[in-house]
Amino acid sequence: MIRVENLVKKYGDFTAVNDISFEVDQGEVFAFLGPNGAGKTTTIKMLTTLLKPTSGTVEVDGLDPSISHHEVRKRFGIVFQDPSLDDELTAYENLELHCILYKVPRKVRKERISKLLGLFELWDRRDDQVKQFSGGMKRRLEIARGLLHTPKILFLDEPTLGLDPQTRNHLWAHVQRLNREEQVTVFLTTHYMEEADRVAQRIAIIDHGKIVAQGTSEDLKTRTSTQTLEQAFLALTGSTIRNEIAGSIDQMRQMSRMWRGGRR
Amino acid sequence: MNAVYVLWIRQLKRYSRSRARIVGSLGQPLLFLVALGFGFGPIFRRAGAGNYLQFLAPGVIGMTILFSAVFSGIELIWDRQFGFLKETLVAPVPRMMIMIGRTCGGATVSLVQGLIVVAICYVAGFRAASFASWPFAFVFMALIAIMFTAFGTAIASVLSDFQAFQLVMNFLIMPLFFLSGALFPLNGVPRALQIVAAVNPFAYGVDGMRVAFGASASQFGAVMDLGVLGAITLLLLGVGGYLFSKIQL
Repeated sequence: MIRVENLVKKYGDFTAVNDISFEVDQGEVFAFLGPNGAGKTTTIKMLTTLLKPTSGTVEVDGLDPSISHHEVRKRFGIVFQDPSLDDELTAYENLELHCILYKVPRKVRKERISKLLGLFELWDRRDDQVKQFSGGMKRRLEIARGLLHTPKILFLDEPTLGLDPQTRNHLWAHVQRLNREEQVTVFLTTHYMEEADRVAQRIAIIDHGKIVAQGTSEDLKTRTSTQTLEQAFLALTGSTIRNEIAGSIDQMRQMSRMWRGGRR
Repeated sequence: MNAVYVLWIRQLKRYSRSRARIVGSLGQPLLFLVALGFGFGPIFRRAGAGNYLQFLAPGVIGMTILFSAVFSGIELIWDRQFGFLKETLVAPVPRMMIMIGRTCGGATVSLVQGLIVVAICYVAGFRAASFASWPFAFVFMALIAIMFTAFGTAIASVLSDFQAFQLVMNFLIMPLFFLSGALFPLNGVPRALQIVAAVNPFAYGVDGMRVAFGASASQFGAVMDLGVLGAITLLLLGVGGYLFSKIQL
């Protein structure tokens, strides 16, 4: 379903993704793990037509995202790592807009929106503007939106970041159901190893832009002779803490300050 | 087509919910109208050039639409920073459609702003020559709105941060406005200034509106105004659409 060969992405001198190759089969749940700044999000951006690779081959359902963007975009759904809601619109309007962009038939639109708002316990707040929401609520809404249409491939970029255990459980239960009943291929990243262990059939670990290991959770544990996936992960990537180039949230705050200050 | 509609509506909703923006953006035209209109009025009259308010009003209406349209286009940077742009860019909708939806939304918003200023001008004493002036003037207003929203979108597609916004405002939009003849008649000004105005698309918009309102004699001729505005609007829509489709995040 997804095939990546010798993929490279460079920003000037910095190599964000350095010659990685992997494959994800149809109907598989694939976890892409790595420390902060390892190149996970950059890879997802190249798979989802948002970024052009420097070199290498990418195939999504047999198509090249940098050439057949439109065809590729019809095939996937995505929950982004950082916010992508319209703060000025209400929760309901955000979901409705998504339905229209993704051509969810008018008849099922209402029903699906209310189902997902119910599932993520946002139904009571449906007519409130998103800017009034707490961080956790925005995150829940973002996930609900990502599940409105049933794509062939679902990308989840750290979907559970900042979610409470209840919501996390709902999310994974829903994702597993989609995977089982609709054969949706799932490509996910997370920092919670026990989640990856529980839902993913295969795992790849990326560090400093390179894939350091891939296989089932069992493979990785045996290879590193460890008991848990977390131990295996640490054995493979070391225990130093990584810095990302610039936290996207910080960058945004800074921009927002400048904007307000600089306007006329 | 639905995508265009929903993005159009989105922009209108955002506008109608932001009262600060509606009120705030009327301050500048009001100031121009009062300070310049009433301030220079007597001199203008003594120079034998007629009623200055009648002359100035189309310029101030044009200015409102110009600023508001560029601003709407540039809102794209905002959406990029706050992430909403990603949501539209990965959607299975041709990017040209997304760009058109955004542009229609931004243009409508700036047209509404322009109409509010028309009302203010009317209160201040501005009068159209005849009832038939209105639809004709409206066409010019709409063209200015679409043209500069597309222009803003094109700029915002290449820029990714707000620092550059000031640069665009001061070195592109301000000159477009001040060197267009919006504030003063172009006949009699130095040749250099006339040439600058002749290559300034905004000058044709203001001139067109003046003709429509019967406010003064035309500098370029109404047909020329319409032709230049139409051609440049199409060009900017094309360029904006192309640049928008090339955005990487």
